Amino acid sequence: MELTKENILTLLEEVKDPEIPVLSLVDLGVITGVDISEEGHVTVNMTPTFAGCPAMDYMKKDVERILEKHGITNHTVTMTFDKPWDSNKLTEKGRQHLKEFGLAPPPKYDLILDLDILEHVKCPYCDSENTDLRTPFGPTLCRSMHYCNDCRQMFEQFKPL
Amino acid sequence: MNELAIKDLLYKLADDQLILGHRNSEWTGFGPILEEDIAFSSMAQDKIGHSLAFYTLLQELGEADPDTVAFTRNANQFHNSQLVELPNGEYDFSLIRHFLYDNAEIIRFEMLSQSSYEPIAKVATKLKGEVKYHVLHANTWIKNLGTSTEEAILRLQASLNEAIPYALGMFEPSQYEQELIEAGVYAGEEAVKVEWLKRIQAVIEKTDLKLPDLNTIEPKFGGRHGEHTEHLQPLLDEMAEVFKIDPTAEW
Repeated sequence: MELTKENILTLLEEVKDPEIPVLSLVDLGVITGVDISEEGHVTVNMTPTFAGCPAMDYMKKDVERILEKHGITNHTVTMTFDKPWDSNKLTEKGRQHLKEFGLAPPPKYDLILDLDILEHVKCPYCDSENTDLRTPFGPTLCRSMHYCNDCRQMFEQFKPL
Repeated sequence: MNELAIKDLLYKLADDQLILGHRNSEWTGFGPILEEDIAFSSMAQDKIGHSLAFYTLLQELGEADPDTVAFTRNANQFHNSQLVELPNGEYDFSLIRHFLYDNAEIIRFEMLSQSSYEPIAKVATKLKGEVKYHVLHANTWIKNLGTSTEEAILRLQASLNEAIPYALGMFEPSQYEQELIEAGVYAGEEAVKVEWLKRIQAVIEKTDLKLPDLNTIEPKFGGRHGEHTEHLQPLLDEMAEVFKIDPTAEW
């Protein structure tokens, strides 16, 4: 395999969020940079979704494991806040995977996030917007909990940030 | 820029969050309803993550690694405000403290996201989005409970009166205040306090609670230079209990 940024990103598609196994780190938007030096040293920059997310360390190790599995031993994987994560960084493919997984994807927003958008999140099961926010905190830091008044189910949303 | 001034700023930011994070975690398994149990537990995890981000910046400036800094200092080496170390008390007190603290915290982060010291600006830019959820949570409950039953209002008012001198203690100026302001690193405690007052008043006005006259209140200063209540050392002993069994263990 030729060492190119595109090829490295393809390899990293294999690394999934351990708590949302349908979502790759690339689709999650936490891979913020891939750099290959002239000597062939691969640098991957990552950034946490939520600063306190206990899965980030695990994901970083997974990235190192995948690189080594493909014979790339000359690498540095760094966690940095240089390009901080926000939920607009989730790819369209990632959003679709979240919905299929039963997690409402975060709505896209312009520049300033107004949390009023949490009030009527689209239900991932029946697409109704007749829903209520139950609590902005859920089973993991990145999820809020909602109730759909139409299909009468609790559901979770990947929080906009 | 004087590195001591930056370190002083980072320590107070980090220590506030570590200690309040620990207090929040004490609600795990004890919340009055499941959602609140989860909320305080989630905020605990966020705040400890935020403290880690600032301890990491300190490490880059030559301080010890985050675990050593968090688990091996004594109370008189901590720079947190006394507000965050007070015991949780009943839910009303924890809620009032959370409201008073997080409304200040988000302003700090908003201002620090404009800091001329780039490493702090980057971290603050990230964290201000997360703290939005803490503020939303606090303000929603204060508005709901502050307009509900007589008992709820009486309890919240008593907790507000008790917490307010400590809340004012959050804005204790540091010895480097002027230096940080002039260098554009931090807008300073007075600027945070003015904005904080506006925001908490806007919420309190929507309730049956009354903000005590702040001119008659003596702020509880001291935390920022290591003077603490008798509650901090037992908290630290408990927090570090497992770490101290084997400080070299890998987790």
